[in-house]
Amino acid sequence: MTNTLPGAVAPLLEARRLSKWYGKGDSRFHALDDVSLSIRRGESLAIVGKSGSGKSTLMHILALLDSVDAGEVLVDGEDARRLSRRAVNRLRNRRFGFVFQQFFLTPGTSVLDNVVLPLTITGVPAAERRRRGMAALARFDLADKARNRATDLSGGQKQRVVLTRALVGEPDVIFADEPTGNLDSATGAIVEDELFALNREHGITLVIVTHDEDLAARCDRQVHMRDGRLVEFTSAPAGVSA
Amino acid sequence: MKTVDLVRTAAANTVRSKLRTTLTVLALFVGAFTLTLTTALGAGVSDYVTKQVASLGAGDVFLISKASPTSTGGGPQKYDPATSTASSGTANPLTGSSGTLSATDITTLKNISGLSDVAPISQVSIDWIRAGSSDKYQVSIAPTSSIARSDLTAGTQLDAASSQRQLTLPDEYVKALGLGSASAAVGTTATLGITDLLGAHHEVTATIVGISNASLLSSGAGGNAALVEELAQLQKASSASPDHYQVAVAHFDATATAPQIDALKKRISAEGMSAQTIADQLGAIQTVITGITGVLNAFAIVALLAAAFGIVNTLLMSVQERTREIGLMKAMGMSNGRVFALFSLEAAFIGLLGSLLGAVGAMLLGIPLSAGLAAGPLSGLAGLHLLLFQPTSIVGVILLIVVIAFLAGTLPARRAARKTPIDALRYE
Repeated sequence: MTNTLPGAVAPLLEARRLSKWYGKGDSRFHALDDVSLSIRRGESLAIVGKSGSGKSTLMHILALLDSVDAGEVLVDGEDARRLSRRAVNRLRNRRFGFVFQQFFLTPGTSVLDNVVLPLTITGVPAAERRRRGMAALARFDLADKARNRATDLSGGQKQRVVLTRALVGEPDVIFADEPTGNLDSATGAIVEDELFALNREHGITLVIVTHDEDLAARCDRQVHMRDGRLVEFTSAPAGVSA
Repeated sequence: MKTVDLVRTAAANTVRSKLRTTLTVLALFVGAFTLTLTTALGAGVSDYVTKQVASLGAGDVFLISKASPTSTGGGPQKYDPATSTASSGTANPLTGSSGTLSATDITTLKNISGLSDVAPISQVSIDWIRAGSSDKYQVSIAPTSSIARSDLTAGTQLDAASSQRQLTLPDEYVKALGLGSASAAVGTTATLGITDLLGAHHEVTATIVGISNASLLSSGAGGNAALVEELAQLQKASSASPDHYQVAVAHFDATATAPQIDALKKRISAEGMSAQTIADQLGAIQTVITGITGVLNAFAIVALLAAAFGIVNTLLMSVQERTREIGLMKAMGMSNGRVFALFSLEAAFIGLLGSLLGAVGAMLLGIPLSAGLAAGPLSGLAGLHLLLFQPTSIVGVILLIVVIAFLAGTLPARRAARKTPIDALRYE
């Protein structure tokens, strides 16, 4: 990680006055309206809101997956717009992990192949990919499923495979969009526990988009969104950082 | 993503939707199969013709005939026994000319420097051939047999300089004339019957010096200069009619270069005659064969073009189906270039599968077929392998199809590469 100024540690991610519109003409609407937010290294942040409130859009923009119409995103204090496309790809590949609303597992390929996809994209040699993939799977008790087809697993197992995939590249931050949305409450709780364990034990920053208040409450910090605006900031009493 | 992983992923992706890949591969199979067979056919025939040319030898010989008459003035031309030529009415298949050479033409040729041993070839019509007490059989002597070499199974070539009357016979005559085997027939004497202009019958004996394979280019018996001369004299029955020749042969320096040969041809052509080397004549045959295989190849290319659209369709469907997968890979930092390469490689892999199967299929069918034809219907043409599978041309066909498939794949691959990760992820 690089610091912009000696002595001053820039936030991992910072959003400044983001605006995003969708559509054209009369159907045009403001998905993000003047959103500013800063995310510190090692914290867990919940972005809470109803569907259509712009929370997924905010996450996509923070993860450099989507463009903004106004405002800027800074990564380690550096304006993401100044990064080359190659550097952005590299950043997402090496430092970001993703858990999307759907599992996005590639059908017909093995669990291991799915898990090591970020490493394959990085260009890690096959033997090392396998070693790191198996180690990550072992963490979630999925080592015996490595050869199974990813699509043959149960919902809970799939979401754990997705988590394994998100952390296999040892990212700095994991972006999770409704990570428990597709799971029953018991499995959801297990996945939640694992997410927060990663945050505690490895210092991986979590950015969790959810409408689940209970999940949000477990995060260090919550931001609430309504109609594209940040309306409320809450810090959990037991939060590591204020 | 490393190239080796890219190739492996592309190969794995093509077998993921088996039915679709199989159908596309089938279309390519047809193209590859046809192309492999037609190129093998072209190569087989070409190889045979080349072998025949080599066996004919006589690389330093012109066959000279009267140039096709071109009417320059109105009305019939005056007759002059020294220069006028009789038109035979039908074109001579050997030279393509319908005119004949007169004694004056022969003298003209003899005066051209660079030509030596100018000799007119007499056309002789033999009635029958007999050996000992055998039945009489029809036979013809190829006009240029005295200068060309035959593809012999036994015996020796005709000796142009010998005063002995020599004969070579196609091997089918060996049995008919009751001569036993080809090697036993060499050295025996055969009798030829001929009728002269006045209707009188004559018999001439000749020594059989060689037995030849039947071939595409030299059919019939061959006779050396001494024999043909004798027969021609008998045929004329001492009449005073002017000599007319279909063809004359003339030798040129065996070390002459192509421009020198061309200069000689121009010189002869200026005298109203046309000269062709043996290679020229066979070149004409080869041109026809090349034309036929060219047309067949064109059909194969049309089949391949249709298959190329099949690939475009298959991969477009694949890109559509895997929109979210593409989005995920791009979200995880895969570059546009690599996504493009992945889909192009899938197309190339489909091309490789189709062309390999097509080439192997063509060989599996073609090799026994060619052997069967050589043993059966085409056994008369010894040394002909109708289909000749050359490794270089098979590799060429495979490469061509892989390139076509790759090019067809670039269109869907571009579409895949252009998807933005977020649109691809939102796609339902």
